[in-house]
Amino acid sequence: MAVEERWVINLMEPGHTGCAGCGQAIAARLVLKAAGPRVIVANATGCLEVYTTTYPRSSWEVPWIHSLFENAAAVAAGMEVTLKAMGRYEGIKIIAQAGDGGTADIGIGCISGMFERGHDILYVCYDNEGYMNTGYQRSGLTPLRARTTTSPPGRLSYGNRTRKKNMPMIAVAHGVPYVATATVSEPRDLMRKVQRALEIEGPKYLHILVPCVPGWGYESELTVELARLAVETNLFPLFEVENGVIARVKKPKEARPVEDYLRPQRRFAHLFQPGGEEVLEELRRIAEENSRLEPGPARLFGPGAPE
Amino acid sequence: MSAILEGSKAVAESVRLCRPNLVCAYPITPQTHIVEELAGMVADGRLEAGFVLAESEFGAASIVLGGSAVGGRTYTATSSQGLLLMVEVIFNIAGLRLPVVMTCANRAVSAPINIWNDQQDAVSIRDSGWIQLYVEDNQEALDTHIQAFRIAEELMIPVMVCMDGYVLTHTMEPVDLPTQEDVDSFLPPYEPKYRLDPDDPFTMGAMVGPDAYMETRYHVHMDMMEARSVIARVAEEYAEAFGRHHGGLIETYDLEGADVVLVSMGSLLGTMREAVDELREEGLKVGLLKVRCFRPFPKEAIHDALMGVGIVGVIEKDISLGLEGTLCSEMRAAFCGEESPEISSFIMGLGGRDITVEEIKQIAWDLARNPACRVEFRGLREELLRGDEG
Ligand SMILES: Cc1ncc(C[n+]2csc(CCOP(=O)(O)OP(=O)(O)O)c2C)c(N)n1
Repeated sequence: MAVEERWVINLMEPGHTGCAGCGQAIAARLVLKAAGPRVIVANATGCLEVYTTTYPRSSWEVPWIHSLFENAAAVAAGMEVTLKAMGRYEGIKIIAQAGDGGTADIGIGCISGMFERGHDILYVCYDNEGYMNTGYQRSGLTPLRARTTTSPPGRLSYGNRTRKKNMPMIAVAHGVPYVATATVSEPRDLMRKVQRALEIEGPKYLHILVPCVPGWGYESELTVELARLAVETNLFPLFEVENGVIARVKKPKEARPVEDYLRPQRRFAHLFQPGGEEVLEELRRIAEENSRLEPGPARLFGPGAPE
Repeated sequence: MSAILEGSKAVAESVRLCRPNLVCAYPITPQTHIVEELAGMVADGRLEAGFVLAESEFGAASIVLGGSAVGGRTYTATSSQGLLLMVEVIFNIAGLRLPVVMTCANRAVSAPINIWNDQQDAVSIRDSGWIQLYVEDNQEALDTHIQAFRIAEELMIPVMVCMDGYVLTHTMEPVDLPTQEDVDSFLPPYEPKYRLDPDDPFTMGAMVGPDAYMETRYHVHMDMMEARSVIARVAEEYAEAFGRHHGGLIETYDLEGADVVLVSMGSLLGTMREAVDELREEGLKVGLLKVRCFRPFPKEAIHDALMGVGIVGVIEKDISLGLEGTLCSEMRAAFCGEESPEISSFIMGLGGRDITVEEIKQIAWDLARNPACRVEFRGLREELLRGDEG
């Protein structure tokens, strides 16, 4: 599908203080490029907010507000209802955006309220799988067995003990009419999903995997490659759910072994130490579950895809 | 138009007359009737506003923040635990300079959980950058909400109207309802000085480091100080337009030649007026000072009003645990570096305990006999105190 490229300019300008190779910066720029200039953005506290708006500079060429860590969805909801009540909503799109912590953990109450009330808002989660802004702590979206500063491997630990919370399915369970995942190795796919989402009235949820150079511990030129590997190893499946039905799944032509994705990242280095094999097997199982994701009714319960 | 209305209903009518673009709140006793009333108005078309049932007070405060940021006139209401759940957003609204108006139906704070009236909730967030106005009766509650939007929008500072839960919110009183026409001319549509708008993009809520953070706080502080004259002026203008004046920053009663002055905020003033009348008849010269505006704190007005008074008793329904009543501490500050009256702190009415005319009179007599500055709880049930369990 052709992506409209009416906006060749950046609506999120360079010159910010994000890390070299920041996956979130790539994704946020693409989101706005696809959304165009007639948007208002509510941004949660987190890396993106901090490095794009260090006073007195701002990267944003669109109206943009940051209030708190956990309330972007609610701030966006207030904007939408008020603009409608004032008759000023025509032609405006509202985007709420946050990191994985601002989304799946501390912000989930406000997001649930926004979904349930059916506000016309695109919610974008930039999932770098940890609280990166505060120094790489674990979040509810940190993958199983990853090392973070609060889930360190040790004599009694192989890193993070929990699987990623299934945010897309949580959105689906709210009856959100459009839910999709994307990542920065597929920029056209990402932009198409933004545009598709913005065509739909009501709440939309876009979950974007964004590699983080310092948090994941890899060389900065590998950002896009790691995003690609996350998809090709089936550790991060790309799919779209429309009205509760998995409409499209973008499957790798040939699944790669999970080690290809894990090995370049220091956060998984302990899995390649003696004793790590058992843990690797757990991750293979997750990839295998993900690989079974097929178009059809979205399964809301039980881990992974349909049998 | 005159009507006999419950306090909550009077407030809802007042808010309706102010034509908000967004109303969003989360129910909590004793604020609930206000929200229910507004919901009814929206349901039957008497109020044309965006109306959102939030998932929590935290969400509600964030939603009105968003509505205000796009240039809407926004309103919320809460109490007690709800107010405390909002606290992070409350500071944020003030720092972003958004003119939200809120009613706080004052209620005690948990633990122990208690749904009855005191003022610990609002007093605890006095430093958040919101103007706080405490009202004495339902007419003042109604009138003050109309003033609140004017004040907030002129200064780009949020305003909290504090009214005692139950004592006012659930009490029927005759009130005069202004006409829509009169309110419209007193309170024209909100013209925001800035708003989020794709036609004129700007960044709101940037990250500000040590190089400029202090200056932003300085500006808010200076504007809060400036707010004192605006609050007083708006009260005057309101009196001109509607014929009612409830005091701007403070109100005094029988201060002439008073030997003892009692001070408080909110509905207790009604009871205190009765006590003063009786005391005067009994030969004790007592006056009253009502603090209507608690933030910004009207230091000069209080100082000037109490000049020459020897004995002051501050009766309040809150306590800064480990010190004294909060209003009392602030009163002392009004005399900083100058000869000060003896100012004593009386903690009463916590968690809805009744305060009687007799108790207030007793305080005045006790102060007249022994003016020495002190901190006391009044109305404690001795049989429940430590060591008396048997
Ligand atoms: C209420 C509150 N708790 C904690 C913080 C500290 N904090 C700021 S950003 C952040 C983590 C952000 O993580 P995430 O949402 O995943 O975004 P990222 O920075 O990784 O992009 C934390 C814990 C805060 N600002 N507010």
